[in-house]
Amino acid sequence: MLKMTHLSKVYRTEVVETYALRDFNINVNEGEFVAVTGPSGSGKTTFLTIAGLLETFTGGQYHLDGVEVSNLNDNERSRIRNEKIGFIFQAFNLIPDLNVFDNVEVPLRYRGMKAPERKQRIMDALERVGLASRAKHYPAELSGGQQQRVAIARALAGSPRLLLADEPTGNLDTQMARGVMELLEEIHREGATIVMVTHDPELAARAQRNVHIIDGQVVDLAEDPRFHHAVHAARANSPA
Amino acid sequence: MSGMFVHNLRLGAASLRRNVLLTALMIMSIGFGVAASMVTFAVFRAVSGDPIPQKSSRLFVPLIDNRGPQYNRHGEPPSALNYVDAMALMRAHKAARQTMLFPVGLSVMPDDPHRMPFKAVGYATYSDFFAMFDVPFLYGNGWGGEQDDARAPVIVISRALNQKLFGGSNSVGRQITLDDRQYRIVGVTDTWDPKPRFFDIFNGNLYADPSQIYIPFTYAMTQHIDTYGSNNCGSDGKRGDSWDSWLQGECVWISPWVELDDAAQVQAYRQFLDGYAREQRDAGRFNWAPNNRLRDVREWLDFQHAVPPESRISLSLALGFLVICLVNTIGLLLAKFMRRAPEIGVRRALGASRADIYRQFLAEAAMVGLAGGALGLVLTAMGMLGLGLVFEPQIARLAQLDASLVLLTLLVAIVATVLAAFYPTWRAAQVQPAWQLKSN
Repeated sequence: MLKMTHLSKVYRTEVVETYALRDFNINVNEGEFVAVTGPSGSGKTTFLTIAGLLETFTGGQYHLDGVEVSNLNDNERSRIRNEKIGFIFQAFNLIPDLNVFDNVEVPLRYRGMKAPERKQRIMDALERVGLASRAKHYPAELSGGQQQRVAIARALAGSPRLLLADEPTGNLDTQMARGVMELLEEIHREGATIVMVTHDPELAARAQRNVHIIDGQVVDLAEDPRFHHAVHAARANSPA
Repeated sequence: MSGMFVHNLRLGAASLRRNVLLTALMIMSIGFGVAASMVTFAVFRAVSGDPIPQKSSRLFVPLIDNRGPQYNRHGEPPSALNYVDAMALMRAHKAARQTMLFPVGLSVMPDDPHRMPFKAVGYATYSDFFAMFDVPFLYGNGWGGEQDDARAPVIVISRALNQKLFGGSNSVGRQITLDDRQYRIVGVTDTWDPKPRFFDIFNGNLYADPSQIYIPFTYAMTQHIDTYGSNNCGSDGKRGDSWDSWLQGECVWISPWVELDDAAQVQAYRQFLDGYAREQRDAGRFNWAPNNRLRDVREWLDFQHAVPPESRISLSLALGFLVICLVNTIGLLLAKFMRRAPEIGVRRALGASRADIYRQFLAEAAMVGLAGGALGLVLTAMGMLGLGLVFEPQIARLAQLDASLVLLTLLVAIVATVLAAFYPTWRAAQVQPAWQLKSN
């Protein structure tokens, strides 16, 4: 589903080159739930933005759903983002001037979908996250957890092949975070491929597989003993 | 695609309510800029339009140099003809239609002895005048060529004069007394007042009140009715002290017009004029080479600078003001759009291409332009009322806020705002979604 080989991302200024990712390799299979972990500044979010075609990379190869994406133009990248990828952001990133219904509608509009189908999908997605009754509310009228559920509905409405989540519970309190995480797990059980970036060992423990990044490279989780132990402890405490 | 267009317009309309201060500033900037341009354009349009577009390329002013190079300004012949040359052109009858004309001002003696006489102003001309200039008739018609030849005391009066004298009823066949002479009314013109009055530039009557009467040139000559307009006898010219010396002298006072239907006729008429001037030289009247002109309506208006210079200057100033307002709008739009960088980042992440962002923000600019245009319309209407402070009243009253100006105001506002939005929109489309989302 998602395969990066020897991928690198370099930020260049006049005096310095900074490697955000270096010889980066990852392979996510269809239907997997992968947690990408690592300390702050390790390159997790850079990986996610490249995976989501929000940013280009400097070297290596990236195949998304079998397509090599490095030579795609802006329109093609936008179309793939729209049709194959669903994003869930830490800050929810709902558009404040649009109500819940219109927020969920945004990606469907760009797909050129007809109004009846759009409406059906929006209401299905809002039902899915338990917010159908809030369709006419504006983001400011919802709690953080509800806003993140709207963002998840927006990501789900287009039936993407891949869900990319960036610290999806980072701005939520424990109870709301648990609810959102349970929703993601449910979505995964229904067959979705999810790649979630987090630095929270408890969340990482709930994914099927962990990919740990340090200094822009994938490393064995054992190289970060403290995080490794935290993940193990979380797994041991997990009800599942 | 049209669904998305309507959706973008809706988003644009909704965004007017966002950043109310910025939006208000933009709308005011566009509104004032457009209104200033439209008010001055209304004047410019009124004074620079083609007064007879359907025929302006077929109506010509033939001019003959009867003065010679030492008396001409910039080598140009006088702007009218003397009687001798005017009659020569009429006799030659080389054009499809031809007429001569000069202004007359005659006292109307009402039938009712209790009413005071009043002055009626118009033209002495030939029968072709009415067909050449497409004069519309309410009742009857112009007189015919045979009445020119017979020097008949007939008259065409205007709708307004007919209203005044006869209460608007059909007065054809009735008699009217002007300066103690009886005329038989043969026609009543419908409302007709071309602006500028291209056929009488020589007398500077470009924006005068509409003509009230038309009488045969030939009859006016038999009655020694003098011009009510200008004459130009040159620096050493003499008007003469008798009617005959006036007619035979070199003073110019008659505006000549000919109708020529195609380039071949124009060419032939030029040759005729040159041939006539050569004959006059051979006869000893002119001692210079032929120096004639043949200009159509547009060329004639341009040559005579019929557009008042202040209207051109004020239009230029107003367009400059509009440009300044638009530059201001560029800055305001940039501020408005870049405040929404996070939204742009999200939209890009959700599948909007750069082209989608362009479309959305240009549609939003169009809505700002529409709102600015609406304000511009109100200000234009107010500006029209104040035109008299800047222009001569007779010019100021020509400017009208008609349907075409309303449409133009809205169109200019929208197009100008959309053009001003190109740079801010380009900047908006350059927003890198990754950075926006990371910074959140």
